[in-house]
Amino acid sequence: MRDVAVIGVGMQKWGELWTKSIRDVFVESALLAMDDAGVDHIDSMYVGSMSPGIFSSQEHLESVLGDYLGQPHIPATRVESACASGGLAFRLAWMEVASGISDIALAGGVEKMTDISGSDATYALATAADMKWEGISGVTFPGLYAMMAVAHMDRYGTTREQLAHVAVKNHANGSKNPRAQFPFPVTVEQVINSVKVADPLNILDCSPITDGAAAAILVPADQVKNYKRPGVKIIGSGHATDSIALHGRDDLTTIRAAAEAGQRAYEMAGKQPSDIDFAEVHDCFTIAEIVVSEALGFFEPGQGGPAAESGATAMGGKIPINVSGGLKSKGHPVGATGVAQVVESIEQLRGEAGERQVKDARVALTQNMGGSGGSCVVHIMEVM
Amino acid sequence: MAVGIIGYGAHIPRRRIKVEEIAKVWGADAPSYKRGLELREKSVPGLDEDTITLSVEAARNALLRAGIDAREIGCIYVGSESHPYAVKPSGATVAEAIGATPDCHCADFEFACKAGSEGMFVAHGLVKAGLVKYGMGIGADTSQGAPGDALEYSAAAGAAAFIMGSDEERLLATIDETHSFMTDTPDFWRREHQYYPMHGGRFTGEPAYFRTVTGAVKAILEKSNLQPADFKYAVFHQPNGKFPVRVGKMLGFQREQIDTGRLVPTLGNTYSGSSPLGLTAVLDVADPGDRVLMCSYGSGAGSDAFILTVKERIREARDRAPQTRWLLDENIRYVEYGEYAKLRRKIRLAE
Amino acid sequence: MPPARSWRSYPQTYRLEAGRCTSCGAVYFPPRLICSQCKGREFETFSMKRTGKVLTHTVIRTPSAAFAGDAPFAVAIVEMDDGVRLTTQVVDADFEEIRIGLPVKLEFRRVYSEGDAGVINYGYKAVPVRS
Repeated sequence: MRDVAVIGVGMQKWGELWTKSIRDVFVESALLAMDDAGVDHIDSMYVGSMSPGIFSSQEHLESVLGDYLGQPHIPATRVESACASGGLAFRLAWMEVASGISDIALAGGVEKMTDISGSDATYALATAADMKWEGISGVTFPGLYAMMAVAHMDRYGTTREQLAHVAVKNHANGSKNPRAQFPFPVTVEQVINSVKVADPLNILDCSPITDGAAAAILVPADQVKNYKRPGVKIIGSGHATDSIALHGRDDLTTIRAAAEAGQRAYEMAGKQPSDIDFAEVHDCFTIAEIVVSEALGFFEPGQGGPAAESGATAMGGKIPINVSGGLKSKGHPVGATGVAQVVESIEQLRGEAGERQVKDARVALTQNMGGSGGSCVVHIMEVM
Repeated sequence: MAVGIIGYGAHIPRRRIKVEEIAKVWGADAPSYKRGLELREKSVPGLDEDTITLSVEAARNALLRAGIDAREIGCIYVGSESHPYAVKPSGATVAEAIGATPDCHCADFEFACKAGSEGMFVAHGLVKAGLVKYGMGIGADTSQGAPGDALEYSAAAGAAAFIMGSDEERLLATIDETHSFMTDTPDFWRREHQYYPMHGGRFTGEPAYFRTVTGAVKAILEKSNLQPADFKYAVFHQPNGKFPVRVGKMLGFQREQIDTGRLVPTLGNTYSGSSPLGLTAVLDVADPGDRVLMCSYGSGAGSDAFILTVKERIREARDRAPQTRWLLDENIRYVEYGEYAKLRRKIRLAE
Repeated sequence: MPPARSWRSYPQTYRLEAGRCTSCGAVYFPPRLICSQCKGREFETFSMKRTGKVLTHTVIRTPSAAFAGDAPFAVAIVEMDDGVRLTTQVVDADFEEIRIGLPVKLEFRRVYSEGDAGVINYGYKAVPVRS
């Protein structure tokens, strides 16, 4: 296996992109990544997209996007692992380069979610749950995470306010990110008093419906010198799955796939949680960030809530989490999210994150999750 | 060979609406309705309840009391005027849910409020003929009255299920005599594709309900050579609180014989479930040896009458499932007209 | 839902039929072809008892299109007395009375129907045990 580095990233502004098709959205960000890397061709690409069939009435996306990116005939693959599609696409691109099959691979992610109604989008996302055995209850994704929150609150005393602090912190971070969908701050009171979605989660506990894409260019680490931009090395990659149904898991207060994927990535990287300078994690809901921050070993089980409240996960805290604004403020075009976490990490590790730069950042972790934790991908990257 | 009931079960939705709440919406005088119909409130099914779901719950309760393997049930008949499908049998779903498939005869019955007793009648007959070991008859409805119509105050939901058999050691009550009385009398009807039924107003009384019920009961008493005084309990179809008392009086029954099975003041008219549910309430309290008369009535018009004698096993079987008065009195929640209108699909929604 | 998809699971949705691994005793609902615990491949089928208790719960206020008419409605993960867990609506209950540990039983209810013309899907929903 060859060592692999990222030498270019790209991401356009996210939001409700009414004038752009899924092709436009993807190609814009992919071209930014190629320009950043200084390449005009790629050997292969992997694109995460959860449900272009429902959101855009377009399957067979790899054929569309390879062609419209001006790279006809390349081996292109659409990757699906629900909201972890982007993270998994990145892992497959890493494997492609590490194995020696490609020298320049593009890892991308895209979702164009706003063409369909909110309730249809809720349905599309719900297909990432166990459609047969959870779906017959009418439970939604906010509902599944709400049930995790109720169990977590019951066992550990996690509070409604602590959940709100995750949203407040991520919006504060996102307000410094010009590409975020909702780059404005919110208060604890606003979160607690916002419209109820699935008790105890309110609308401001939830990540939004977003159009967006992100892309990264991966090359062998020993070829980084051939490119104009500094490389960032991928030192750990972990991937794990679990029962798709939340009720199929022994412990409703943790996400085992996140812990397993994290453990595998830490082992490969030779790092431990205390070595991580900042993390981009999958805060699809406020409770998710709390649970994941425990599963990844940043905090003991039950301490994720107090950590969020105390500022330990804020910029300048013990372990800054979601300095990009996270899914919460930046947006959550599901297939793109995992790659956008990489984009933020690379920019931070290059020292190019501007107003939201984490000081002296050398090691970053990204954690991307599908469904209620049925799949999870973790990467650890380090400055070369 | 004695044939009779070896298991019975009831089910009633949890929600209720008071007569005042309906009268308020239509500017009607609630006290006069309550007096005139002897009706205080009625059951309201949820959006997820229908004739099939109520039948399954009643059937499960009947199985608990019978203590038999559902696969031994050779026929299932669901009587209702609110079958969820115009074409597709309710009984097949009920049989599948309780585990009585596939060696089972099944049909849905419709005869206004008499469809439930028809199921009992036919199941009893097949057991008696030796064609099936056990047979199940169910009366269930989630009946609808047109908004503002007098029927809206009474049209309710509930189900009762009876398992017929001939095992001496399983009998809860023997069925000693039956009689059916039937003529073409157009007092109440619903045409194909119509949402609400229509009725003949006062024509539903003397020439319809009273003539038919008295005709059936007089005939069965004559056949069995019994008098009203020979019965501990009498259960008549109960479209409102007054009719069963009045028809009982016409026939020579006393109020005390009628009141145990007269559920309508707080249940409403459960149509095909009406007199069958009344019979379950009687079986919940009757003593071995008690004689019971039940007479249904279905518009159109006909009555099925049964004479039963309660057996010793009733004492141990009745507590194996929820009793009807408990379902009626203890487990309830009142709704306002707005929620009622939503639950009964009286509000037009976007397509 | 296409009729075939719901029809093939009537044994589970109507009668709560589960599979018990004959070698290690692990119970699966719905039944499976291989046991995740011991890799055994033989199972005996049995109908679960219809009682259990709430492990966690929520109230869905923003439903997907198919359940729009039902909202708001409560959903819970219920642990059945036979040890199996499942996700189900909790009905005939005030939202405030639904709590972790609440004893419930599964009743037969409509779970989803394809408009006014399509097939009606029946199955289980939890109600609080009251008697």
